Amino acid sequence: MSPLPLFRRTLVVSAIALGVVAPVMAEERELLNSSYDIARELFATVNPAFKDHWEATHDDTLTIKQSHGGSSAQARAILQGLRADVVTYNQVTDVQVLADAGLVAKDWQQQLPNNASPYYSTTAFLVRKGNPLGIESWDDLAAEGVELVFPNPKTSGNGRYTYLAAWGAAERAFDGDEERVTTFMRDFLGNVKVFDTGGRGATTSFIERGIGDVLISFESEVNNIRQEYGSDDYEVIVPPVSILAEFPVAVVEENAERNDTLELARDYLEFLYAEDTQRLLAGFNYRVHDETVVAEFADQFPETELLKVEDVFGGWDVAMETHFASGGRLDQLQRR
Amino acid sequence: MSQRAAGSRLALPFPGRTQRVLPGFGLSLGISLTFVSLVLLLPLTGLVGQLAGLSLGEYWAIISEARVVASYAITLGAAAVAALVNAAFGLLLAWVLVRYDFPGKRALDALMDLPFALPTAVAGITLATLYSSNGWMGQALAPLGLEVAYTWVGIALAMAFTSIPFVVRTVQPILEDLPHEIDEAAMTLGARDGVAFRRVILPHLWPALVTGTGLAFVRSLGEFGAVIFIAGNMPYETEITSLMIFVKLQEYDYVGASAIASAVLATSLALLLAINLWQGRFIRRLHGGN
Repeated sequence: MSPLPLFRRTLVVSAIALGVVAPVMAEERELLNSSYDIARELFATVNPAFKDHWEATHDDTLTIKQSHGGSSAQARAILQGLRADVVTYNQVTDVQVLADAGLVAKDWQQQLPNNASPYYSTTAFLVRKGNPLGIESWDDLAAEGVELVFPNPKTSGNGRYTYLAAWGAAERAFDGDEERVTTFMRDFLGNVKVFDTGGRGATTSFIERGIGDVLISFESEVNNIRQEYGSDDYEVIVPPVSILAEFPVAVVEENAERNDTLELARDYLEFLYAEDTQRLLAGFNYRVHDETVVAEFADQFPETELLKVEDVFGGWDVAMETHFASGGRLDQLQRR
Repeated sequence: MSQRAAGSRLALPFPGRTQRVLPGFGLSLGISLTFVSLVLLLPLTGLVGQLAGLSLGEYWAIISEARVVASYAITLGAAAVAALVNAAFGLLLAWVLVRYDFPGKRALDALMDLPFALPTAVAGITLATLYSSNGWMGQALAPLGLEVAYTWVGIALAMAFTSIPFVVRTVQPILEDLPHEIDEAAMTLGARDGVAFRRVILPHLWPALVTGTGLAFVRSLGEFGAVIFIAGNMPYETEITSLMIFVKLQEYDYVGASAIASAVLATSLALLLAINLWQGRFIRRLHGGN
């Protein structure tokens, strides 16, 4: 490498350091969807369908970009300036953070049907072949010697749903007897073998590393795993009582306005509610609202009572504050 | 090897230049300081700035919470073990690489830089795969009653993996500068092998070895990617301090995260400073007579 004159080298270095990069003028339209970790395959299927749908009625070439990660980290990236046009998360709180910061409309949950959640799921179990421990419901999971794997509620929305589902089910089983609920939760958490930071990490621990008797994750995730890793080796158990896990979506209006994608972004989210898209979603083992599709997939989703965070815990704000914040219930339960 | 090759090229004086390779003390110092400010000081200032809203009491409450304190003990303990193991084996590796010729020496030498080049998450996943109860090593160790993955040992192992180059690469050049004749001289003067190593060679290596070990230790304190996959992350048992910072961020608690981060930072800085001061004194003492 021939050494550049120092002056020119300095210029180059400062140009890079200051981030003076000429803005790229796009001829085509672009949409950035900031999504949760395990939605890669889902949107890889939905996006081409939307592209066809949009281009059929508009004179654009559309590119949809996806960004995936833990949904709290994703929301943080947007707070810190990532210009995503829409968010599709697995945590109401992560959209709410954006609404509180003024990036998303205050009434975002009213802007689209079903609390702005085009599909939903619940928390279910994956057990090894033949269900040797006879796991049927939450109280089986606190028994001595049952080894559990689910993501850390401190770092994962998926893990928080699991925690709240177990708590809600116990509260129902013990008629709200707080002491018994606490004992149950202590045993339940004590049975955890590995706390991965996210849902996919927990899947890896359970499947690849062979750790634990039960993997607890979204119903959609455990069904997808079972399909992917062989339906003979694992069984899916949907407990009789579990929690409603909503997958909220919203337009990041401030960014969409700046990117001039407001109409596109809204159409994209509405598209998730269309019958054909709902069929795609159900194919990924998410529960949907469209009645025709619900009827078609009836055998795939066992009837189960779904507790709502709003009803049992008084909403996500309260649940976060009481259970997951520093010094909250979870910390107390894990204290020794 | 490439590092040293580049080093020697840099040291070659350009034709026509007699004194300094880079022109202008003012310009080069200015650029260096600007660079240091942008790359190092600015982010650190940002970190400290996050703490501005905290009272001393609140700060202390965050960094002295029982679970966080448990994570310090785990992190410091595992990092210390990793650093000491690396000190011993890193010294041996450096010795082998400098003093012996054997087939595959180049490959082994290049391999030493791998932990720098490999994304630490990859290292963590690989180690977890290897040492989990159904992995090769895990299966071999299980009959002995040894569990590595998802225990404290796994954390130390991951830390040792990512920080071994620090010891090897700091000791190696010093050992290369040490002429072979020096041990021969010691032996002709009647020193036995062990004595020659302990009293003649080791004193020369000591500052580099301590620096390398210290760097390895400090590096391990902050390790996240490699450790997180093999740690198991059980509260009070296998949670490292970096995870506590990550947890705070997940809660949108930037201030809490910065508080814990600042504690780690202060420890690391104090340690690095101590090593530097000690090294300065040691070298002065070593050459003190002259």
